[in-house]
Amino acid sequence: MRASPRLTQAASLGLMWGLAAATIGVLAFIIIYILAHGLPHVTWGFLTESPRSMGREGGVLPMIVGTAWVAGLAVVIAAPVGVATAIYLTEYTREGRLTAVIRFGADCLAGIPSIIFGLFGFVFFVITLGMGLSIVSGALTLAVMVLPTIIRTSEEAIRAVPQAYRDVSFGLGSTRWQMVTQVVLRSALPGIGTGIVLSIGRSISETAAVMLTAGSALGLPRTAFDSSRTLALHFYTLSREGISMPNAYATASVLILAILAVNLSAYWLMRRLAAGGR
Amino acid sequence: MSGNSGDQVAREEARLAAALRSREPPPPCPATGPKIAVENFSASFDGAAVLRGITLEVCPRERLAIIGPASSGKTTFLRSLNRLNDLSPAFSMSGRILIDGQDIYDPGVDVAALRRRVGMVYAVPVPLPWTVYENLAYGPRLAGVRDRARLDALVESSLRSAFLWDEVKDRLREPATNLSGGQQQRLCLARVLALEPEVLLLDEPCSGLDPISTAKIEDALADLRSRYAIVLVTNNTKQAARASERTAFFLMGELIEVGPTVQVFTNPAHRRTSDYITGHFG
Amino acid sequence: MRKEKVIAGVLAALALTAISALAVIASFIFKEGLPIIAKVGLAEFIFSGNWHPLDGEFGILPMIVGSLAVTAGAMVIGVVFGLGCAVLLTQFCPPRIVSVIKPSIELLAGIPSVVYGFMGVAILVPLIREHLGGPGLSVLASSVVLGVMVLPTVTSISVDALQAVPRAYFEGSVALGATVWQTTHMVTLRAARSGIVAAVILGMGRAVGETMAVIMVAGNTLDLPHSILDPVRTLTSNIALEMGYAAGDHRKALFATAVVLLAIIMVLNSIALAVSRRLPAGRQAGRAAKAAAR
Repeated sequence: MRASPRLTQAASLGLMWGLAAATIGVLAFIIIYILAHGLPHVTWGFLTESPRSMGREGGVLPMIVGTAWVAGLAVVIAAPVGVATAIYLTEYTREGRLTAVIRFGADCLAGIPSIIFGLFGFVFFVITLGMGLSIVSGALTLAVMVLPTIIRTSEEAIRAVPQAYRDVSFGLGSTRWQMVTQVVLRSALPGIGTGIVLSIGRSISETAAVMLTAGSALGLPRTAFDSSRTLALHFYTLSREGISMPNAYATASVLILAILAVNLSAYWLMRRLAAGGR
Repeated sequence: MSGNSGDQVAREEARLAAALRSREPPPPCPATGPKIAVENFSASFDGAAVLRGITLEVCPRERLAIIGPASSGKTTFLRSLNRLNDLSPAFSMSGRILIDGQDIYDPGVDVAALRRRVGMVYAVPVPLPWTVYENLAYGPRLAGVRDRARLDALVESSLRSAFLWDEVKDRLREPATNLSGGQQQRLCLARVLALEPEVLLLDEPCSGLDPISTAKIEDALADLRSRYAIVLVTNNTKQAARASERTAFFLMGELIEVGPTVQVFTNPAHRRTSDYITGHFG
Repeated sequence: MRKEKVIAGVLAALALTAISALAVIASFIFKEGLPIIAKVGLAEFIFSGNWHPLDGEFGILPMIVGSLAVTAGAMVIGVVFGLGCAVLLTQFCPPRIVSVIKPSIELLAGIPSVVYGFMGVAILVPLIREHLGGPGLSVLASSVVLGVMVLPTVTSISVDALQAVPRAYFEGSVALGATVWQTTHMVTLRAARSGIVAAVILGMGRAVGETMAVIMVAGNTLDLPHSILDPVRTLTSNIALEMGYAAGDHRKALFATAVVLLAIIMVLNSIALAVSRRLPAGRQAGRAAKAAAR
């Protein structure tokens, strides 16, 4: 005997709402839990001091600086390459074997686990190229890691620019490069920006790859060739080795707030994209 | 003639006939020669022929209308005149197109500069998603004009020529997408005029417009005729009759006939032309 | 004209970065890892349960089993929740609620894996230890944590697949008197099947490759697990845990572990690619048709 269609629909809808509610609930719980335990310890001193006795006391200034360096540099390296790849794929070539190879490369890179990027960065940048455990090694490793994301989001954004704009621009006597820089990129900017911002977020939260490439020095980095521990790795170390739970929570709070800020700006960019796409 | 009463249709026809009768036949091209000379031009996409052996001339100061049913090659012909078809890798051509005696498909030709000389207005108005002013200044800026006063002057004069200045002179900083459809199409015309071109190509510029906007564009074209060679592709035979000195009839990629508009409409040389004009097909 | 050629050349060179990087990564990992596999023997390396790197014994069977067990568990959770969310978002949800759920799920993808691992240790592990027994650090704990982590991947790719189903299918079915739910599971889900399978497989890739969160909640013992309450070590954690102090053959064996991990990922990705080809085929055909119409 089969249940009535309406009943089945009501039951499955109820189940799905339950699943979605649980998902949102988990997210809310994580954020609230971390912030509730951590925010009270996030003082001005915590943000502006260096850690003392392995992080048991003191703050996380070197980690904030190191994270900003690593993530910023990674994106500064990856963004031009990624956007150029997207421009090449969409504007400068016809679909064929070459584009298939390029896309294959990007797809495969996207699937590689971060620990393998870490291993690669370690043997290639740290040892073979002699950069040592440093911000540059970490940033280059992360740049390769986020490259596929930037390629894909940029390509999507560029493809979304109406073909008619290109015709108009050519019709008005632009070269291809003028068309790309002045019409296409200008229209695709919010979409490209979203991809870049999300890549910054991914670089900030990455741990496994930077652990093996940027190292875990506690001092304030002076140059890009210094080793520096990122916030995520610091949090991992503090909590895993039980050094200081209050400081672990506080570090996690800073991390979560940074991620929230990144995602909010990506969201804002996407809404601009939706609004400006007319 | 959608929804109009038969009475109105009859009046419209009478006016058209009167306009055609009163029109003087166009003078022959001056001794300096034609502005555009198309010689045995053929074009194909991925091997499928779209234009076959077109030979045609456009004089320096005339409006040439190109009529014909859908997919007769009109748009491809127009886009061949400023090499926009080159953008499709599937395109190939043979024959010659000369502008001022120079072959535009010559390997040494600067295509961007050619497209500035031969401006194009598309069927659908496509304002770039910028302000009115930026839209108009884009072409001159591509050509290297940086001087602010010069840009301002070009913007104003092109808007005046497109009969749009009075409507938008206070809205230059607004997004061009805020304009009405008819205004957008005149903006696109003005945008091309700002290039100070020598030839104007219009690809069914009024296909999506209401009669009042259409009339404004046609008025602008009548005015512009004194300065440009104009090639107007249109689906609307009445528009061709109203707004051209000569008319060419294309069918299935071939040029069936070309001649003074009066003659093509009142006494066509070919049966198929008169069938098309009187609405028997297409 | 000349400048345009230069620009096109520079862009082409930059566009080859991704594939070159892939080649360099693969060659370095293989160069470091393959010799030790040859030395130990592939069968021994994969099927032996003895990992005593200091005594020259390199068998990674427990880690392979650990990775697979943890991934399988994660997929149960990730697929049920992820697909549920995707169906809800595309078929039933009013737009105002979509605009809450969607960014939330994207945010879930942005939370650092160390935070997930930490939450697992702080909340989940004690719960399991007290109510189900065992050490708490276990296959189960890892599965739950990983399940939450792959949920956004499964959801977003499934949403794309479901949205690609032509609206006419839905309307046709509802017009025949089907309820929205009947239409969803008999028509829409079936039409989006290949995209959803791709989503699941890409989610699996995520789960197999995750490192830090698993290290924190899996327990990392070297024994073969016998129940979901037993602790395990995964391939990824094996690398991350020992890389810090490994040298010589030991370090090479860690690269060999990475080779096995890469092989698993490659198989999964090829399956996903083959399956999803069937879905974008329609889209690509559409794009080609559009290009041809110009």
